[in-house]
Amino acid sequence: MLGTYFTFPELLIWIPFVTGLIAFFISSSKGVKTFAIISSLATLAVSIISLFYTDVAHHPEYFYYNNVSYVWMPYIGSSFSVGLDGMGYLLTFLTSLAFPLIFFVTDNSERNHSSSFIGLLLLAQAGMMGVFVATDALLFYFFWELALIPVYFLSSKWGGEKRIQATFKFFVYTFFGSLLMLIGILYVYMHSPSVSSDSAHSFYINSFYNTLLSPTQQQWVFWLFFVAFAVKVPLFPLHTWQPSLYEQSNYPSTISMSSVMVKMGLFGMIRWLLPIFPAAVAKYDHFIVILSVFGLLYASCIALYQNDLKRFVAWTSIAHLGLIAAAIFTTNNLGLQGAILEMLNHGINILALWIVVDIIEKKTGIRKMSELSGLAGKAPALAIFLLVIALANIALPLTDSFISEFLMLNGIFDFNKWYGFFATIGVILSAIYMLSMVQKTFFGKMNDIAERAGRLSAGQYVALIVLVAGILFLGIYPEPVIHLTQSTVTNILGRIPIK
Amino acid sequence: MNAIILSALWGVVMMFGGVFFKKSTTPKYWAIAGIIIVLAGNLLEFFGYPFFNVDTKGMLHFDTFGLVFNSVAFICTLIFFLLNGKDFEKIGMHVSEYFCLLFFVLCGLSILSSFNSLLLLFLGIEILSIPLYILTGSEKRNLKGNEASLKYFLMGAFSTGLMLMGIALIYGGNSLGSFYIDAINLGTGHLSVMIGVGLVLILVAMAFKVSAAPFHFWAPDVYDGAPAVITSFMMTIAKVAAFVAFFRLFATAFGSMHSQWQTLIVIITAATLLIGNVTAVFQISVKRMLAYSSISHAGFMMFTLFALNDTAKEGLLIYTAAYCLATIGIFAVIIKMADYSIEGFNGLGRRQPLLAFTSVIFLLSLTGIPLTAGFTAKFYVLMAAVKDGHQLWLVIFAVICAAISAIYYFRVIQAIYFKEPAAGINENIQVTPFFEWMLTITAGLIILLGILPGLVIDWLYY
Repeated sequence: MLGTYFTFPELLIWIPFVTGLIAFFISSSKGVKTFAIISSLATLAVSIISLFYTDVAHHPEYFYYNNVSYVWMPYIGSSFSVGLDGMGYLLTFLTSLAFPLIFFVTDNSERNHSSSFIGLLLLAQAGMMGVFVATDALLFYFFWELALIPVYFLSSKWGGEKRIQATFKFFVYTFFGSLLMLIGILYVYMHSPSVSSDSAHSFYINSFYNTLLSPTQQQWVFWLFFVAFAVKVPLFPLHTWQPSLYEQSNYPSTISMSSVMVKMGLFGMIRWLLPIFPAAVAKYDHFIVILSVFGLLYASCIALYQNDLKRFVAWTSIAHLGLIAAAIFTTNNLGLQGAILEMLNHGINILALWIVVDIIEKKTGIRKMSELSGLAGKAPALAIFLLVIALANIALPLTDSFISEFLMLNGIFDFNKWYGFFATIGVILSAIYMLSMVQKTFFGKMNDIAERAGRLSAGQYVALIVLVAGILFLGIYPEPVIHLTQSTVTNILGRIPIK
Repeated sequence: MNAIILSALWGVVMMFGGVFFKKSTTPKYWAIAGIIIVLAGNLLEFFGYPFFNVDTKGMLHFDTFGLVFNSVAFICTLIFFLLNGKDFEKIGMHVSEYFCLLFFVLCGLSILSSFNSLLLLFLGIEILSIPLYILTGSEKRNLKGNEASLKYFLMGAFSTGLMLMGIALIYGGNSLGSFYIDAINLGTGHLSVMIGVGLVLILVAMAFKVSAAPFHFWAPDVYDGAPAVITSFMMTIAKVAAFVAFFRLFATAFGSMHSQWQTLIVIITAATLLIGNVTAVFQISVKRMLAYSSISHAGFMMFTLFALNDTAKEGLLIYTAAYCLATIGIFAVIIKMADYSIEGFNGLGRRQPLLAFTSVIFLLSLTGIPLTAGFTAKFYVLMAAVKDGHQLWLVIFAVICAAISAIYYFRVIQAIYFKEPAAGINENIQVTPFFEWMLTITAGLIILLGILPGLVIDWLYY
């Protein structure tokens, strides 16, 4: 069968990578878009099919898909090893879901170089996939950077007036962070046990997990990794690149960054930070949870006063991601499970929210909430979609986020009551800013701008229906997804000594 | 031995050829043929077929590292000749002589990669440097070039003097009374005053040759003043040759006292990284910016001296390949530009897609982005330093500097792809299809080395 020739994690990287390279050479702008949709749907199909080939029975350990490892640089103990576990699966699924929807809703006629635009987007997808499937630290680092480069070119080339500076700020932040991580990787590598006779050390993930670092060593190497991940998330106070970048960048790259790329940081924390530096995590967890909860409150307060829709969504994103980071560093079962679930759910919610904002700006040409009013009168369908999406962002019962935020808050309360209290205030604030945004833009008196809003296109309908269906499905029946996260959580927690 | 003799012979051939070549376009074909012969001779020696059997009394020692390094340097020179052969004709009328001097530089390089005696080190450094003094001032009517040449010569002569003094002190100070570097290693158990002073003098002289701070002051002016073709060669092949000598000398002669002079290297490395990167940010001319960036790359290569282990050796080799290829590539593009300022690159992506794309690859490689050779190179030298385990703050300092380097390299990338060209800029760039192919091959090599660094490193263990 399929799985015996190519393993699924590999296909998830190679399909977007190869098609991305081919896309550069397709000259017709219609053709390249069809090509991109086919490519991204193929990736999605692989992602869905792979769910039926999980080999839990034979591999009760946690990276249980048909994993592969090719010899790459044997003399330093690095190999092209990819694999998936529950968390990896959820995030690759999110990635493969996000890109077809991006291609469906975006109208590339305004972008004159559509073939390079689409090619770069597909390469970015390949990079993000690679981050989620890599089980070799060096390979992980490769993909970590490769996801960044296409996005850099995308956002610098197409977007608002100040896009070059905004994107460059983002680039320098993340590049600096990832170089620090490289030092961290090298340091851990120098202490890692070997897995083959070719080299004294190994970059393989299990080898990293088995590396014995003293608490003193852990305490400073921890920060090298942490800064890299925190910049990507972004956590307060390293978040300053995000609002300006999201505001200036074009929608497809903003969506891909906001929905998928920021999850790379959280994913890295769970996959690479907690299990390798348990002693450091135990030492700094309070500090990081406080920082994250503070970031959540801070971003929520700023979101209350945003007038620009794009900046508004950016700040809500920072707030939600702060909550996830806090839940991760509680290092308890509920918190981690909630965090992994919320990574998927937040990806879906924010994707839907961006699509709505994109549609509003395309129809009316306006992003300022103060100028928008009464859109519901002209676009009732969009209003209903937005309401569901907004409720999902608030985490109302029956929407996907409810269960994950419930788990996360539970975890934080278990960790410390006061942190839980403040995190709950953050969730309440999210209800205020979300609903006031819906109210300001869609309800109220209809003005001339609202007159411009018209019917949705078929692609936009499809995308929004898929996302809203996903939101409701995961809200009503989250059981299968929770089941997937359990293996990862058990694995990670098994490596952290119980306090 | 093959490389030393063949390159010297071919230098003589080119020198007298100048009399017979009727057209100014002829010498470049002879030079390309010559470098292929030198490369082939070196490869044959590597596989065990030396042509010449000269008894050097052990003053030269041809080990695998030196021969592999020679091959890498010759391949880079070949690419350099293929890319820029035509541009030598723009410098002046003595085209054949320029190539002749370059072959003498290569002769010096081959000595530096295989010397086993301090005398041969001195000889190699001189054979390497003197042609470069001449070449810097080869554009006779260019005042800036003349100034650079004189400056380079005076400062260079001064540093050679220091080196000679250092050699004398080392000779007198070691208990075996020997010029042989392996003997010095045995004869210098502890750091006596004479050895210490001699070591510092040699260190200063070598730091001068590789343009490491605080002995870098000549570099920006010389690199900026020299004709762009010569700058390209000086910044790459000549610099890494000095580095290999630096590494060979300190690893062999003073390896046993490594911990005693490591602090000096730490200071030099940190200063070089800081000065190179921070000053490069403020440059307007791309050529001058690359001059400072070459100082910063010297800082990264200094890590190999800091660590002095096997990984450092591998790192030096891969850094040589990565840095030379990328710098030669980007310079080949710069030479075609009418305007060396960053604005001169505005909108290149629209007018010359291939030139723009390959330049971006070269710049990404110089920044050290994964999938390019520049990343593997930085990765190896940093790995060597982490392996050494001392002074890890220096490694973190280096990555801060690498992040700063992104600022100036990406400014050029931004100009190429995201800025609108001013009227009339880079309209008159004319390149041949052959040049475009060569650029593509160079960029392809950089990506290949980024994925499979083993292509170079494996030869060390052949």
